[in-house]
Amino acid sequence: MSSSNTTTITPQGAPNRRNTELFLLGFAVLIPIFAYANVGLALNGSLPAGMLAYGLGLGAMALIAHLAVRRFAPYSDPLLLPVASLLNGLGLVLIWRLDQSPLLKRLGQGTGASTQLMWSTLGIILFVCVLIFIKDHRVLQRYTYISMVVALVLLAAPAFFPARAESFGAKIWIYIGPYSIQPGEFVKIIIAIFFAGYLMVKRDALALASRRFMGLYLPRGRDLGPILVVWALSILILVFETDLGTSLLFFGLFVIMLYVATERTSWIVFGLLMSAGGAAVVASFEPHVHQRVVAWLDPMAIFGPHPPPGLISDQAAQALFAFGSGGVLGSGLGQGHSDLIKFAAKSDFILGTVGEELGLCGMMAVFVLYALLVQRGMRTALAARDPFGKLLAVGLSGAFALQVFIVAGGVMNLIPLTGMTMPFLAQGGSSVITNWALVAILLKISDTARRPAPAPAPTTDAEPTQVVRL
Amino acid sequence: MNKPLRRVAIFCGLLIFALLVRDNWVQFVQADELKTDEHNRRVPIERYAQPRGDIVVGGKSITGSTKTDGSDFQYKRTYTNGPMYAPVTGYASQAFGSNQIENIEDGILTGDDDRLFFNRTIDVLTGKPKKGGSVVTTIDPKAQKAAFEGLGDKKGAVVALDPETGAILALASTPSYDPSSIAGNSKTDGKNWSALQKENNPDDPMLNRALRQTYPPGSTFKVVTAAAALENGLYTDIDEKTKSPLPYRLPQSTTELKNEGNIPCKNASMKVALQYSCNTVFGKISENLTNEKMKKQAERFGFNDKVFIPVRAEASVYPKDNPPQNAMAGIGQASNRATPLQMAMVAAAVANNGKLMKPYLVQELRAPNLNVIAQTTPEQMSRPVSPENAQKLQQMMVNVVERGTGTNGRIPGVEVGGKTGTAQHGVANSGKPYAWFISYAKTDKGSPVAVAVVVEDSSGTVRNDVAGGRLAAPIARDVMRAVLDK
Repeated sequence: MSSSNTTTITPQGAPNRRNTELFLLGFAVLIPIFAYANVGLALNGSLPAGMLAYGLGLGAMALIAHLAVRRFAPYSDPLLLPVASLLNGLGLVLIWRLDQSPLLKRLGQGTGASTQLMWSTLGIILFVCVLIFIKDHRVLQRYTYISMVVALVLLAAPAFFPARAESFGAKIWIYIGPYSIQPGEFVKIIIAIFFAGYLMVKRDALALASRRFMGLYLPRGRDLGPILVVWALSILILVFETDLGTSLLFFGLFVIMLYVATERTSWIVFGLLMSAGGAAVVASFEPHVHQRVVAWLDPMAIFGPHPPPGLISDQAAQALFAFGSGGVLGSGLGQGHSDLIKFAAKSDFILGTVGEELGLCGMMAVFVLYALLVQRGMRTALAARDPFGKLLAVGLSGAFALQVFIVAGGVMNLIPLTGMTMPFLAQGGSSVITNWALVAILLKISDTARRPAPAPAPTTDAEPTQVVRL
Repeated sequence: MNKPLRRVAIFCGLLIFALLVRDNWVQFVQADELKTDEHNRRVPIERYAQPRGDIVVGGKSITGSTKTDGSDFQYKRTYTNGPMYAPVTGYASQAFGSNQIENIEDGILTGDDDRLFFNRTIDVLTGKPKKGGSVVTTIDPKAQKAAFEGLGDKKGAVVALDPETGAILALASTPSYDPSSIAGNSKTDGKNWSALQKENNPDDPMLNRALRQTYPPGSTFKVVTAAAALENGLYTDIDEKTKSPLPYRLPQSTTELKNEGNIPCKNASMKVALQYSCNTVFGKISENLTNEKMKKQAERFGFNDKVFIPVRAEASVYPKDNPPQNAMAGIGQASNRATPLQMAMVAAAVANNGKLMKPYLVQELRAPNLNVIAQTTPEQMSRPVSPENAQKLQQMMVNVVERGTGTNGRIPGVEVGGKTGTAQHGVANSGKPYAWFISYAKTDKGSPVAVAVVVEDSSGTVRNDVAGGRLAAPIARDVMRAVLDK
């Protein structure tokens, strides 16, 4: 913009990249179909029966999403939708592949793909709805405090439902009839809206009114209030719902958004200190969290003659075996034994199947896809022109990145394991719906950000300006 | 806000990067270790994914594989005549691992052995499923049957060797077990397994008595003592009077060594002494030779050393000891102990004119396409006695069978040499005695078979009557006959 001859923005300049998106979507549909055929051939030596229906369904969903984007967010980022579709499609194939496992069938976990397909469809519907009904992301700003209330209610809800045996101690579900909902997933978006709205208003106060102490800008006591509230909230989730992942996610999300809003490094230091302190205290007395830490330190101890008292499951070890057995190239789809993970093999541990059957290469590809998604989100935040949009975009993509890290890190035993789903890949209705909504909001923000400025309204006097010599 | 935003973007990139690094660590650096971890169920799944190779006896496979359902282990081992061949094969169980040949030749049987690499590569290229190779044993099915049926429901063991090669012709141990019954990993297999364990079954059916149990050799050890006397020049003529006193008092002791009954042992020749199984004569020979020379002779027959056939056989022992114990050891009634295999080796060395061949059980290993990939060539292990002394020992042993305690081992028209034994054991000899018989048969073409038989428990038989000649010799005779009739 600095050169002298571009004093006005040319309206026809920036291409909207919709055709790029369509082209990429073609791959995003073809790759899962190919994978689906691959599983069928490996398991039964024939193409799976539902191949055509699956292909058409996936294609139709992608096409509808694409058309909605073309119509309602024409300038949005072209990569987000194809990447999300590809991950969702691969996830469906992986779940279907695990459905075929005799071991999981015996354990009553034989049907997953059809329900997941239904949830994915609902996710796409929500995606389209978000694109249609949220004309501009700034509308969401109006719901800042309502979001807070909704988020608190949703977060508190699972504590009032009894933990079920099959959930291994974590109380993160609410039960409505036959369905179980994981509100923590929805809250991810809602709380990002609240933080974005709140921080946009308070950022100056938080950033500027501070005292300098040992090179750090310390916030004033009263500005610390909301941070302490969020911190306390995440600790409460940890204690009452024994959900390490969600509390880590929320706290991390808040610190990231606070940092972006205030540009103060001191917040990060505070955030890290508080989360480390809180986690250490809770881990020492909360048995469920303690178990996870024990399992993280030595997952193989479960096979020893005297497994430590906290260690009750061989999941972590089985996941490592799955990764190790996959090696660099993997066993090939349908030819691994990741069903040995048994519980949550299709949800939290879906990466085990990726690792074993697609190998290190497949895992790296999947991680790169996630990285792409996150970085496109970050780019959207950079490009957004309004602070609310910036904060919301960075919050959503930051939350996404944190979730990927927490789940994948946990499954690969990099950090203690926490119960969360791998976005798009894993089985879980709440998760897939939320993530489609998340992508829709990001698309909407990027649409606003990349939309060319409207052409200047034609002035009534079209006369060239006279140069008046004085 | 863009500066912190960029930093957050970098931070998120670092998170993903950390995942990539960790993934490389797990799936590349640690991959092999995790892949082959003993707790990784993929290892046994892979192992049981195809039928196991065969163990062959007399040109026929005595093992097989059957598909299991309801398990992720696809194939399990089956055995024909399981109890009879259990001491030969060992077991291969999905739940309990494997032992003996099944364990030692596992690589061949599963097809994973490096020597099968070429075959395997070809199979992969041509799209054929992986197959296991086969292990061909030296067992003679007729001899094995005679041995196993001869032992019947008695407790004991039989080993038959080809003295000229060392090939093991029969290897039986009773009571036995059927490895098929523990081959799977079902509840029944588990129950069968625990019922076979020593703590639940005092008969210890899974003990391979032929190789892994050492017994006091009793009077059969007198052959070794006689060999020591000849080799060390104590006597050169087997008909020479030995100047043995009767009664004979053990050195440095007031205890008298007794004979079984009133037999002509005073000043008897070695030949006569062996014929009647004189304790006094051989006790004195052992005393005169001293512990050092006795031990050396025993070691030349293979004592004090483990034998690998390639299954490990327990070492038989002839320890360093004081003179009275050493004198007792000369008649096989002290701290010296021998496996049935060891005593068969003694008989075989004598029969083979003093040359001890290394015993072996595996004739050859074959690739799935039946190409021979390894073959055992007979190998001399030692030369315990000179050919002349071996001839003398043969004369003495033939005399035992012709006129002495071993007449039950006689086979009409065939030269048979043998020695009986009845070993006392337990505190004050309270245990039921072990009946022993070692023998060999000889034709004009050499000696095709040497046998050692031990019958451990002889409930229902009057104690003094349990002479090796009565219980063990008929079994040895039947085994030798089975080999000769071929």
